Amino acid sequence: MSEQQRNTMRTVRRLLLVTALMFAFGFVVMPPMYNAFCAITGLSGKTGRETEAQAAAKGVDKGRWVTVEFVTSTSAGLPWDFAPLTRKVRVHPGEVTEVDFAVESHADQSTTGQAVPSLAPNTAARYFKKTECFCFQRQQLAAREHRVMPVRFVVDPDLPKDETTLTLSYTFFRVQDSTVARDAGPTAKQGS
Amino acid sequence: MAHAAHHDDHAHHPTGVMRWITTTNNKDIGTLYLSFALLMFFIGGSMAMIIRAELFKPGLQFVDPQFFNSMTTLHALVMIFGAVMPAFVGLANWMIPMMIGAPDMALPRLNNWSFWLLPFAFTLLLSTLFMPGGAPAGGWTMYAPLVLQTGEAFPFLIFAVHIMGISSIMGAINIIATVFNMRAPGMTFMKLPLFVWTWIITAFLLIAAMPVLAGAVTMLLTDKFFGTSFFSAAGGGDPVMFQHIFWFFGHPEVYIMILPAFGIVSAIVPTFARKPLFGYASMVYATASIAFLSFIVWAHHMFTVGMPLAGELFFMYTTVLIAVPTGVKIFNWLATMWRGSMTFETPMLFALGFIVMFTIGGFSGLMLGVTPADFQYQDTYFVVAHFHYVLVTGAVFAIMGATYFWLPKWTGHMYDETLGKWHFWLSTIFVNVLFFPQHFLGLAGMPRRIPDYAVQFADWNMVSSIGGFCFGATQLLFLYVIVKCVRGGAKASDRVWEGAEGLEWILPSPPPYHSFVNPPLVK
Repeated sequence: MSEQQRNTMRTVRRLLLVTALMFAFGFVVMPPMYNAFCAITGLSGKTGRETEAQAAAKGVDKGRWVTVEFVTSTSAGLPWDFAPLTRKVRVHPGEVTEVDFAVESHADQSTTGQAVPSLAPNTAARYFKKTECFCFQRQQLAAREHRVMPVRFVVDPDLPKDETTLTLSYTFFRVQDSTVARDAGPTAKQGS
Repeated sequence: MAHAAHHDDHAHHPTGVMRWITTTNNKDIGTLYLSFALLMFFIGGSMAMIIRAELFKPGLQFVDPQFFNSMTTLHALVMIFGAVMPAFVGLANWMIPMMIGAPDMALPRLNNWSFWLLPFAFTLLLSTLFMPGGAPAGGWTMYAPLVLQTGEAFPFLIFAVHIMGISSIMGAINIIATVFNMRAPGMTFMKLPLFVWTWIITAFLLIAAMPVLAGAVTMLLTDKFFGTSFFSAAGGGDPVMFQHIFWFFGHPEVYIMILPAFGIVSAIVPTFARKPLFGYASMVYATASIAFLSFIVWAHHMFTVGMPLAGELFFMYTTVLIAVPTGVKIFNWLATMWRGSMTFETPMLFALGFIVMFTIGGFSGLMLGVTPADFQYQDTYFVVAHFHYVLVTGAVFAIMGATYFWLPKWTGHMYDETLGKWHFWLSTIFVNVLFFPQHFLGLAGMPRRIPDYAVQFADWNMVSSIGGFCFGATQLLFLYVIVKCVRGGAKASDRVWEGAEGLEWILPSPPPYHSFVNPPLVK
């Protein structure tokens, strides 16, 4: 092999390595990086989770009110009625509040759904923490079952002062029978 | 065809169709790429004619909306991956070894394979037109979750994109390996013709960007068939992440389609101005800057998805910053022409048309880059007008100019100058009739990718469609000029153009099958 061929093969090996690394960057690195970025910035509207003890430790800011609104939707293919029993509440930051959501199945057989939350404005998403939520697990409803499900949440006292209204939305997605055995997805827990 | 005269010294080569299937010669492969690109240009163009026919007047006339959406989707995929990119690779195959004084590409067999993957990729893609459920119709950007609703065509779309990507990456590796290792003695990097420089940078963009696209479409594939939820909100994924990954590829892709055009114009303008290129080094650095910036502007395609203010500002500033190195190039071309002894043969007309009309597309790009304005323009015909100005009167005009510029070198015959000029002027007039009104439509609020529209948009759509039909018909003249030139014509001299400079012009026209077996000495 001549000098030039050796050099050519070295160039090719390096470029193939770059190609492989860029594929790995797109396929392996970017999704977790994106999720981490969203978790830090709240960019995707995904809300946080903490224990009651953690919430209590921060104290309650009695000096201000925040309005929290609730909206719900159900994805196509899931024959459920899903609605908040309270449309909106006024809370003090730091105060643990419980609201109820009602869900009723119209299916003639058992169906399973997973609720996915999203908070607007998404810059406030990371200050909205839940201590208990029906979205932490998937919900299985028997035929025509009616269920009332609680959410306990706390708005972090560090919420920026200019945020006065938060809107929490839940969408119930059908969990297909073929995927029941599977976990709710690689990033589901983080999203809860 | 061009090499008929040289066949006698290559009697051991297969002839007929086997010559083209088994060839490892850079000139043969360049011809294959360029012919394939021309075929795809007409296939993609026919799809555009269907789109313009449907939009000729309001209401649904000829095709159902699903098929209309397939046409917009396939028109983009065919034109981007089938016409513009292979045309540039074809030009690179023909010209780069001659320009750097090399006998052939560094990896001739890989070269053969990179080309012959393309017909298979496009057979896969175009076969979807005949499938139940129709061809992909979710837009060439393949946004999840919409694209996941594609029927049986879906895996064909994904694998076609994979194969096109592999072909492009192999072509890019070949070009870098050639330029890095096969330059003639004395041909230092800062003596390389600008076409070679822009292609090296393009090749690096391809190697960095295409694997990311491959990753994105692989995730679509696993979401659809293997139960992952990268982009499915139900499973905890995020559809917006697809847009981020796609445009991380997509914006460098935009420059992959324009940087070689910059190189072509930088070859044509000095030739017909009979002056050396003004600001050679600044051209190289400007190209590299554009390539670097192309990786940090991607979210300007998605200003309306909901980003924090800091993100909107960052992507607005980096986007608008690209105007600086691009402006350096425009002004360098103008300075090259300043007080030059200019003549206006067809390649020069296309280069001048490029400079004027690419700048129009660049300015509308600046308007789109301003975030608050983009909220109004997003997904309207203004965007369609913008990217057709940079891609049709930009990339495609440069490819046509390059064809006229180098066709005498490739074939040994002069093309028909009168018909070439007719081709230029008809194309220029009708391309503006076609795309300029789309600015007005977009500003008035007409959304893109729709088969029907409100009657207030009727007049300009009719004008645009008339321009479209005439522009499409004019390209048959281009085909005729090429075929006529290949079959015969006045004998071209070695130098072809009075002001031509560079190693390719010291070879005979047409050049021998293996040029520069003994490397030339570059002073």
